[in-house]
Amino acid sequence: MTTTTSPTETTSVVQPSVSPLERFRVPGAFLLGAVLLIGVAPLALSDFRLNLLAKYLCYAIVAVGVSLAWGRGGLLVLGQGVFFGLGGYAMAMHLKLADAAATGQTLPDFMQLYGTSDALPWWWEPFADPAFALAMTVLLPMAVAALLGFFVFRRRVKGAYFAILSQALAAALSIWLIGQQATTGGTNGLTDIQGFFGYDLNDPVNQRMVYFVIAAVLLLLMAAARQLFVSRYGELLIAVRDSEERVRFLGYNPANVKLVAYVVAAGMAGLAGALFVPAVGIISPALIGIVPSIGFVIGAAVGGRASLVGAVLGAIVVAWAQSTLSDAFPAAWTYLQGLLFVLAVGFLPGGLASLGVVLRRRRTQTRTTPTVSTAPTGETA
Amino acid sequence: MTVILNQSFTGISIGAVLLLIALGLTLTFGQMGVINMAHGEFIMAGAYTTYVLQKSISSAGISLLVALPLAFLVAGAMGALLEWLLIRRLYTRPLDTLLVTWGVSLMLQQLARDVFGAPNVQTHAPDLLTGNMSVAGVTLANNRLFILGLALLCALTLTLILRLTPLGRRIRAVVQNRDLAEVSGIATERVDRTTFFIGSGLAGVAGVALTLVGPIGPTMGTNYIVDAFLVVVVGGVAQLKGSVITAFALGVLQSVLEYSTTVSVAKVIVLVAIVAFLQWRPQGLYTLRTRSLV
Amino acid sequence: MSGEGLTVRDLRVTFDGFKAVDGVDLDIRPGDLRFLIGPNGAGKTTLVDAVTGLVKATGSVRFGSEELLGKPVHRIARMGIGRTFQTATIFEELTVLQNLDIAAGAGRGPLTMLRRRKGVPESVTKALETTGLTDLRDRPAGVLAHGQKQWLEIGMLLVQDVKLLLLDEPVAGMSQDEREATGELLQRVSEDHTVVVIEHDMDFMRSFARSVTVLHAGKVLSWGSVAEVQSDAKVQEVYLGRASEPEPASEPAAASVPAAEEA
Repeated sequence: MTTTTSPTETTSVVQPSVSPLERFRVPGAFLLGAVLLIGVAPLALSDFRLNLLAKYLCYAIVAVGVSLAWGRGGLLVLGQGVFFGLGGYAMAMHLKLADAAATGQTLPDFMQLYGTSDALPWWWEPFADPAFALAMTVLLPMAVAALLGFFVFRRRVKGAYFAILSQALAAALSIWLIGQQATTGGTNGLTDIQGFFGYDLNDPVNQRMVYFVIAAVLLLLMAAARQLFVSRYGELLIAVRDSEERVRFLGYNPANVKLVAYVVAAGMAGLAGALFVPAVGIISPALIGIVPSIGFVIGAAVGGRASLVGAVLGAIVVAWAQSTLSDAFPAAWTYLQGLLFVLAVGFLPGGLASLGVVLRRRRTQTRTTPTVSTAPTGETA
Repeated sequence: MTVILNQSFTGISIGAVLLLIALGLTLTFGQMGVINMAHGEFIMAGAYTTYVLQKSISSAGISLLVALPLAFLVAGAMGALLEWLLIRRLYTRPLDTLLVTWGVSLMLQQLARDVFGAPNVQTHAPDLLTGNMSVAGVTLANNRLFILGLALLCALTLTLILRLTPLGRRIRAVVQNRDLAEVSGIATERVDRTTFFIGSGLAGVAGVALTLVGPIGPTMGTNYIVDAFLVVVVGGVAQLKGSVITAFALGVLQSVLEYSTTVSVAKVIVLVAIVAFLQWRPQGLYTLRTRSLV
Repeated sequence: MSGEGLTVRDLRVTFDGFKAVDGVDLDIRPGDLRFLIGPNGAGKTTLVDAVTGLVKATGSVRFGSEELLGKPVHRIARMGIGRTFQTATIFEELTVLQNLDIAAGAGRGPLTMLRRRKGVPESVTKALETTGLTDLRDRPAGVLAHGQKQWLEIGMLLVQDVKLLLLDEPVAGMSQDEREATGELLQRVSEDHTVVVIEHDMDFMRSFARSVTVLHAGKVLSWGSVAEVQSDAKVQEVYLGRASEPEPASEPAAASVPAAEEA
């Protein structure tokens, strides 16, 4: 550790000057991503593969929120499935009702099979309205997150306790959905969705349209998240992650700072769930329980939790690997998935995004002895 | 009245299972701060140990008695190995431990599938434990009584070990002040490994007990693990009796609610109750009070 | 200097039956540079904890005319009371500038928060100059030297626009030169702030204190000017004269304290 003799007599440091290349790096990368997603992918991929990519992009949208809440805010959000599910169910409920209405029915097909009464449950009724359903895909997850977050953060329940509670919430919601066979479709979930706001989902052209919507939403949310990352709020969020108590003594209420990140992440997961439904045609408890909820985190962990692009790419790659490998080699995939957790989180906590930095640091360390202690990786106990 | 008593007994027996699982977590999570998601797979290892033993020892009673210590050793060894391989590198990053051990848990489940097959298997309970006994109109299943006794015995033994033995003193010393313990000549790393061995071993014992009430399968641990963690969260990390009280309270609450509503609604209500409880006691029932900043 | 003083009456803090602070009265006038001294376990840090809302206490703590007890930590901070800790707690991954900017911003509205920081607030520039960290402003705070971290923390209090600074052993572990520099910094700061310093280093106290309060076993043993306190027989008995040496508590105690007390 270097010591300095006086507060007025300090070593001078070269001010980092911003080169033009540096200034256009972020917008440039964003533009490149947009061209790849909107321009190249639809031309290069078959309908089937483009539809798969649409599904992966939904996971990537969840990862944007995970990167904000976990990477920046240190909140290990292990219950994102809950919000994904709420958004998904809100959307699916509307689409099921619209499908039923299109064929002159008042009840969705599964209710006619399992239902005990001829009337639509009262809490289904408002979802017939498209605007209400759309708003709910985002507002419902945000409201649940706000409620849980308010009570949890207010009492400074944090770290592991928060992670376990959010897991328990995911478990409780999926168990509850399974138990309500007659009104939620139970284990099967809401399946066999035909139309999307009047467009026939069996038509490949409309499937492509769904892809474009998803890609656009992802890009938009990435831009929004990026703004949060570089804003004063983003700096404050890191401060809360690294030393919540200190922030409190500066006159902030850290509970509110964390709440914002948690609620925004929940809204993103809800939107992802809502878009997942027309792309895949199903939402079910199996997609939102404890296991898939942890799955939402792994992509971000592999790619780099604190790096927006890393988390998004990680989510896409892991989802791609899963659907490619899990059918052909189910056993091997499970081992690989487990190994990914162990290696990425255990030995490369910054994810693949930090690989360059880690290697560079190692190289300089072998040349010169380190004069300063490196900061610990962000982690709240 | 009988209904209430019957339902309470069901609750107490649910609580006994929770307690058996949570006891190990009280050591690894409560005392060491490690969130070991593979704890559920140590339960599974204990259960499969019973299954394998029954193939070579035909008497169900004897195989059960042998299985208890053996499962403790098998699961304990797995735990110690996990601690040595991975967890000790992650003591400063508790949340990352959660994800890393989740990965381990996935691999162990797949290993079980590869070795024993994906379908569930069954063991035979000893004749003594298959019957019921009736006390004051309440039907008490013998296997449930056995699990209750086992859970209480384990809790008592663990309390005595922590209170009275030199090992227990060392464990508590490391929990309260690791640095001080280290400079006082305690080999903290060895204490960590021993603590983890005992905590994981208890999961193995829980696994043996679970073979008496349900099937054995690769994912059997996952079903219990989050509930067991909640027990430790609510019970607080400072004392075993927090976990004991919480396990039985949650068990009874769950079963009473199940009786008056449905299983799924009961789950949701219990979770809400837990969040409400944490408003009152954010650190759980029994906490270790220190002046540290975090 | 005008402004609010700190008035503490019959303050009591108990930990599971142990009386850490046992009926303390304290009056700190605006503009004072008060040192709190006392042996380990005297209740110095707990007293500061109680004033800043970190631990529950009974009695009364008034800042000006406002009662502090019962208010949450961040509200007390917003009233203009700032503190540091025995181990410097700064945001190591953020730069010096970011650290100071966050400290300056507790009153910012949501719109300002969602925008990127443009330029450097004037108070931050001033604090950078006062603490001598101007040239290091774009360095991550984690790589600063020990003394610089402490100065950064004091700088954060300055931009936070506090009126009362409570500093918990600011010179522990510092070299002699760093101590001198810190003492001068404290004197500069106390020109327009009220400063309370918990300290073990008697030399440091003698050089820079304007007034001194001696705590012992949770109670105020003596208070007054440095000379008055030093000549107090009770103080010599329990503190200074403990081992019949003039200054037993200077170097070794100061060095060992952070690890032992806060761990």
